[in-house]
Amino acid sequence: MVPLSYYLVLSGILFACGVTGFLIKRNIITIFMSIELMLNGVNLSFVAFAAHWHVLAGQIFVFFVMVVAAAEAAVGLAIIIAVYRTRETLNVDQVNLLKL
Amino acid sequence: MMPLAQIQAIPQGADYIRILPELVLSIFGIVIMVLDPLVDEEKSQKTLGLIGFIGTLAGLASTWYMARQPWGLAFSKTIRVDGFSIFFNYLVIAIAAVVILSSFEYMAVQKIRAGEYYALILFSAVGMTLMSSAIELVLIFIGLEISSISTYILAGFRRNEASSAESSLKYFLLGSFATAFFLYGVALMFGATGSTNIDIISQRLQSSPAEMLVYTSMALMFVGLGFKVAAAPFHVWTPDVYEGAPAPVVGFMSTAPKAAAFAVLLRVVFSINVPGRFWFLWVAAALSMTLGNVGALVQNNVKRLLAYSSIAHAGYLLVAFAMTTPDTSLNGISAAMFYTAAYAAMNVGAFAVVSHLANAGERYVNLEDYEGLGRSSPLLAATLTVFLLSLIGIPMTGGFFAKFYVFSAALRANLIWLTIIGVLNSAVGAYYYLRIIVVMYMRESRKEVPVGPVSLGLALALAITFVATLYLGILPNRVLQVAQHSAHDLLPAASGAAGVAQNPRPTGNTN
Repeated sequence: MVPLSYYLVLSGILFACGVTGFLIKRNIITIFMSIELMLNGVNLSFVAFAAHWHVLAGQIFVFFVMVVAAAEAAVGLAIIIAVYRTRETLNVDQVNLLKL
Repeated sequence: MMPLAQIQAIPQGADYIRILPELVLSIFGIVIMVLDPLVDEEKSQKTLGLIGFIGTLAGLASTWYMARQPWGLAFSKTIRVDGFSIFFNYLVIAIAAVVILSSFEYMAVQKIRAGEYYALILFSAVGMTLMSSAIELVLIFIGLEISSISTYILAGFRRNEASSAESSLKYFLLGSFATAFFLYGVALMFGATGSTNIDIISQRLQSSPAEMLVYTSMALMFVGLGFKVAAAPFHVWTPDVYEGAPAPVVGFMSTAPKAAAFAVLLRVVFSINVPGRFWFLWVAAALSMTLGNVGALVQNNVKRLLAYSSIAHAGYLLVAFAMTTPDTSLNGISAAMFYTAAYAAMNVGAFAVVSHLANAGERYVNLEDYEGLGRSSPLLAATLTVFLLSLIGIPMTGGFFAKFYVFSAALRANLIWLTIIGVLNSAVGAYYYLRIIVVMYMRESRKEVPVGPVSLGLALALAITFVATLYLGILPNRVLQVAQHSAHDLLPAASGAAGVAQNPRPTGNTN
C-alpha cells in the first residue's frame, strides 16, 4: 500500500506547480489553468486524508470542489472574453489600465 | 478508527427555518432571473430592482423570524444559528438592501440593462449569510465561492469599459488564487483532525497538542480570508479592482464580503483557538494599517483613495483579532463586530455619494471634480462630509466608537505597541479624508461638473446610511450589547465564559 505521505507530497507538488504557473505565466488562460491545477492538488490531499481517517466526507468534498471549480470556470471564461473584447489581448502585461 | 459522520437522513422543518434568509434571497434572485427577459427593456431596471429590494426586505424579515425561533444546529450540524450569525445576517442583507437602493439611479445613468445585476447582489448575499452561519469549513468554502463568483461578475458590469473588465479579471484571478489557498488550508485541517466541523476541530485540538499541520493550515486559511478582507500583505488587488468596478458595487464589495469574511475569520480564529496566531495577526494588522494609510495619501482618484482606506480599516479591525485570553477575546470579538457594522454604514454611504457624482461613464471620480461641491450641492457635500468624518473617527459618528472599542480592547489586552501604531495611523488617515472635505468646501470649481438631481432611491439609501452612522455614534450601546452577547456564542464552552459574563464596558462616552 502506498503510504499517505506520498500522496501528500504529490498534492503539495501539484499545488506548488499551480502557484508557480500563476506567478510566472503571462497568458490569462494559462494562469487560469494554473488555478485549476492548485484546486486539483487540494482534491488529491482531500482524498488521501479521507482514506487515512476512513471518513467518507473527504471524498464527498472533492465533488463539491469540482462543482465550484466548474462554476468558477464558466464565469472566468466569460470575464476573459469580456477582457479580450475590450483589449484584444490575452497577455496580462498588456492588461494594465489600472495602476498606481 | 473514526466513526462515520452521523448523517441525519431527512432534514427537519426546523432545519429549513434556520436557512430561511438564504432560501428567501435565492428565491427572489431566481424570480428576477426568470423575469429579466420578460420585462420590457426600458422598464426592466426599475421593476427588477424593486423586486430585488423587496427580496432584501423579505430577507431581513425572515432573519427576524429565524431569530425568534429556537436557535441551534441544522443540516447535519453544518449550520449554526446563534446571535453571532444573526448579527451578520442582518448586516449583510441590510447592506445589500441599501446598495440596491443606491443602484437604481446609477444603472439608469450608466445605461446598463440591469436585470441580473440585482439577482447577483441577492445571490452574493446568500453566499455571505451562509458564510456567517456555517460551522463547517467546506460549507464556508462554498459560501465564499457563491459570494465571490457573484462579485466577480458584478465588478465587471460595465463590460464595455476596458477598465471594468480588467478590474473584474484581476479580482477573479487573484480571488480564485486566494480561495485555492483557503481550500488547501481546509484540506490540511481535515488531515490534522479528521473533521471539517469547527466545533469538532476545536474539541480535538484541545485534547491533543497542535502539530505543524495545524499551523500550516491556519496560515493557508488566513491567506484566503486575508485576501477577502483586503488585509496586507494580500491587499494589492484592492485599489485596482475598486477603481475599475462600478461605484455602487464597490460600496457593496468593500463592506458585505468583508463583513462575511471577518465573520468567518472570527469563527475560525476564536473557535479553533490555535496558539501562536498572535504575531501573525499582529503583523498583518500593523502592516494593513500602515500600508493602507500611506498608500491613500498620494491618491487622486476618490475610488482608489477609498480603496486604500478600506485596507487601513481592515487593519484596525485585525487589531481586535490579536487577543489571546478568553477574557480579552470577548472584548475583541464584540469590538470587531461593532466595527464591521459601523464601517458598513459609513462606507456604503460614501460610495453612494461617489456613485452619484461619478456620472455617465464614471467620468468624475477624481479629487478635482469635487471642487466647489460644498457650494453647488451643499446637501450632498454635507452628507459625504459626515461619512468622511466617521471614517476618520470623529466623536458623534459610528467610526469613533468603532475605533474606540477596538483600541480600548487592545489596550486592555496589553497590546500597547499595536495601539500606538493604530492611533498614529488614524492621525495619518485624517489627512487624506480631510483633503476631500477641504477640496469640497474651500476650493472654487475650475471646470464644469454636472451634478444631477438625487433620485428617491439614492436619497433613501443616503438617509439610511446617514442615520445608521449617527446612530452608532450617538447611541452605540444597543448594537454593542448585541455584539457582546453574541461574542459568547463564539468561544469554545470549555474556556470558561461564565467568569466574563459581566463584561465591563467603557461608560460615560455616550454623550
